[in-house]
Amino acid sequence: MILSEAPKGQVLPSTLIAEKHAITVEKPKAERSDLDDGKILWLIPENWRYELTPKNSFFRKIIKSRWANFIPQVINLWFFLIIIVGAFVAPQIGNASFAVMMVWILWWVLLMLILVPFLGRIWCQSCPLPILGEWVQRKAITQIRDTKDFAGLKKFWPKALANMWLVNFIFLGMALISGLLTTKPWITGVMFVGIIIVDIIISYIYRDRAFCLYLCPVGGFLGLFSNVSTVEIRSKDKSLCARHVPKECIVGSATGYGCPWKCMPFSQKRNTYCGMCFECLRSCSYDNMVINLRPPGTDLLVDDHRGIDEAYKGLIMLSCAILYTVVMMGPWGFIKNGANIVTFQAWAIYAVVFLSWALLVFPGIFLFFTWVGKLLSQNAPNTHTLKTYFVSFSYTLVPLGLAAWIAFSFAILFPNSSYLLSVISDPWNQGWNLFGTAQYTWQPFLTGAVPFLQIITMIFAVLFTINIATKIAGQLYPKDNKRAIATLIPIVIFHMLATSALLILFIG
Amino acid sequence: MRVIAITISVLFIVAFITHIAYLQMQPTKEITIELKATKFSYEPNIISVNKGDKVTFVLASEDVEHGLYLDAYELETHALPGEKKSITFTATKTGKFPFRCSITCGNFHPYMIGWLKVGPNYKLITSIWLVIIGSWSALLVALRRGGILQ
Repeated sequence: MILSEAPKGQVLPSTLIAEKHAITVEKPKAERSDLDDGKILWLIPENWRYELTPKNSFFRKIIKSRWANFIPQVINLWFFLIIIVGAFVAPQIGNASFAVMMVWILWWVLLMLILVPFLGRIWCQSCPLPILGEWVQRKAITQIRDTKDFAGLKKFWPKALANMWLVNFIFLGMALISGLLTTKPWITGVMFVGIIIVDIIISYIYRDRAFCLYLCPVGGFLGLFSNVSTVEIRSKDKSLCARHVPKECIVGSATGYGCPWKCMPFSQKRNTYCGMCFECLRSCSYDNMVINLRPPGTDLLVDDHRGIDEAYKGLIMLSCAILYTVVMMGPWGFIKNGANIVTFQAWAIYAVVFLSWALLVFPGIFLFFTWVGKLLSQNAPNTHTLKTYFVSFSYTLVPLGLAAWIAFSFAILFPNSSYLLSVISDPWNQGWNLFGTAQYTWQPFLTGAVPFLQIITMIFAVLFTINIATKIAGQLYPKDNKRAIATLIPIVIFHMLATSALLILFIG
Repeated sequence: MRVIAITISVLFIVAFITHIAYLQMQPTKEITIELKATKFSYEPNIISVNKGDKVTFVLASEDVEHGLYLDAYELETHALPGEKKSITFTATKTGKFPFRCSITCGNFHPYMIGWLKVGPNYKLITSIWLVIIGSWSALLVALRRGGILQ
């Protein structure tokens, strides 16, 4: 079929933007190093894909329906409204609060254990917090409007802030009060109300999902960790996309919006900024956008738009996993006093140590190991700067960081999940017994299994991490194995030491 | 290069086996530990014993009612201020086991934790050696693919 004669769907009149993306030239693939066997964990071919949304399949029909977003969002919105009310009316004791238990035990653990590793940013697809802002912006709930009919000022997000730095600092700011956030329900309630209000304001001023991309405290790590996940949304036939004008996945069509996440779905290579809203699957009149099952971690190998903001996100997440384990799972009362803001002075010291560790000490240690790697390969012509080494190898921190959070989550989930049973029967502390479990007393379960789960997670993670590190070293020196190995050795030592330190914290 | 790699591999395995073999059982003894509980920590907060020791925890609360639940051993007691409650058990399982407050005592209650360490910690030692040997093996694969071991 000649492309120009093919049905294109009714394209919304924003062709100027479309023309900008009319010609896409695929960059030639970088030469593969001998070190890289093309397999993830020496087993699964990197390019293996299984398409989950074949044309005319039932699953594709469901995904393409606008209800696929609306229904989970509304269910979650209703659920979060119960949480927000519960945060203010229930007792201000974390483990007796529906809000705290649902958010920081169930939701957080669900994110780390299942959603992110297997489904990427799927939470963003059904997150209820930004939907009010999106409805206001679009002046529509499920209908499709042209962007020129959107409400608000329709400004572009400032280019200088179009990165992960703000997200990094907002996450750290919340981490500093996480002791209270996870134990005082009203703070969790205020956080959600604040997010909803700020999101509505931002959505009114700026285009698309600016809040989710550049301000959401969890968006950054969901994005970075989703590089490890086992699903992706990609175009199926790149050549078709290259010739297709206009790019409906960007400008939208009669059946779907242009990507609200500022991605270019037709040439997408990484999951980081894809909110999995499925709009590109809906808007593409060729059904050329697909959801694939894939080997984990393939995005970590994509040398495209790697940046120091993302590098720092990886460092912050791993360093915070270590800190949270010390603060929340450790036995040291004076640290807990700081996290619990018993006195301002105790918290100030805690905050300084926390920030110093996350922003200076831990990144400094990692920088040292990358510097040694650069030093060892010094005979090379000065091909790469230290920043290149630092940023490239920082993506090896992603699987280790996710594993550290998973291991931490096991230690939270098993002892504390029984609190959930009592709070779900009486979410607002009104003396209800909705499911007959209101009087269920705290009973930890399978606490003896926690260390074994942590060991399995961390050992798997270090092997996975070194496998990814080897491939990245090969990317730095695709034709020079000796120099690639020289840069790799300090990184392997770093990950060995970091994993051992985490194991000592978890089970030592 | 290949000889060096094989030598290092053998050394790692020998060191691992020697380390495990060196972890001898200590003679067992009876230990009584008075645990003072205040919001939101225990004193002492880290307790080390050996496998086979008969351990008695005497829980004394100094502010509000606190509890003590020992993970994996699944033992529990709780004490009001001024009260002393004890639990006695034989440390048959090795490793690190959190003991935690079992009575809601304030907002930080879920984080009120202490550590019981029962030595020798085979889980820790074995897992760290697995990390070392696993990492070395992954590096060996890279060295081999890179032609360094030819």
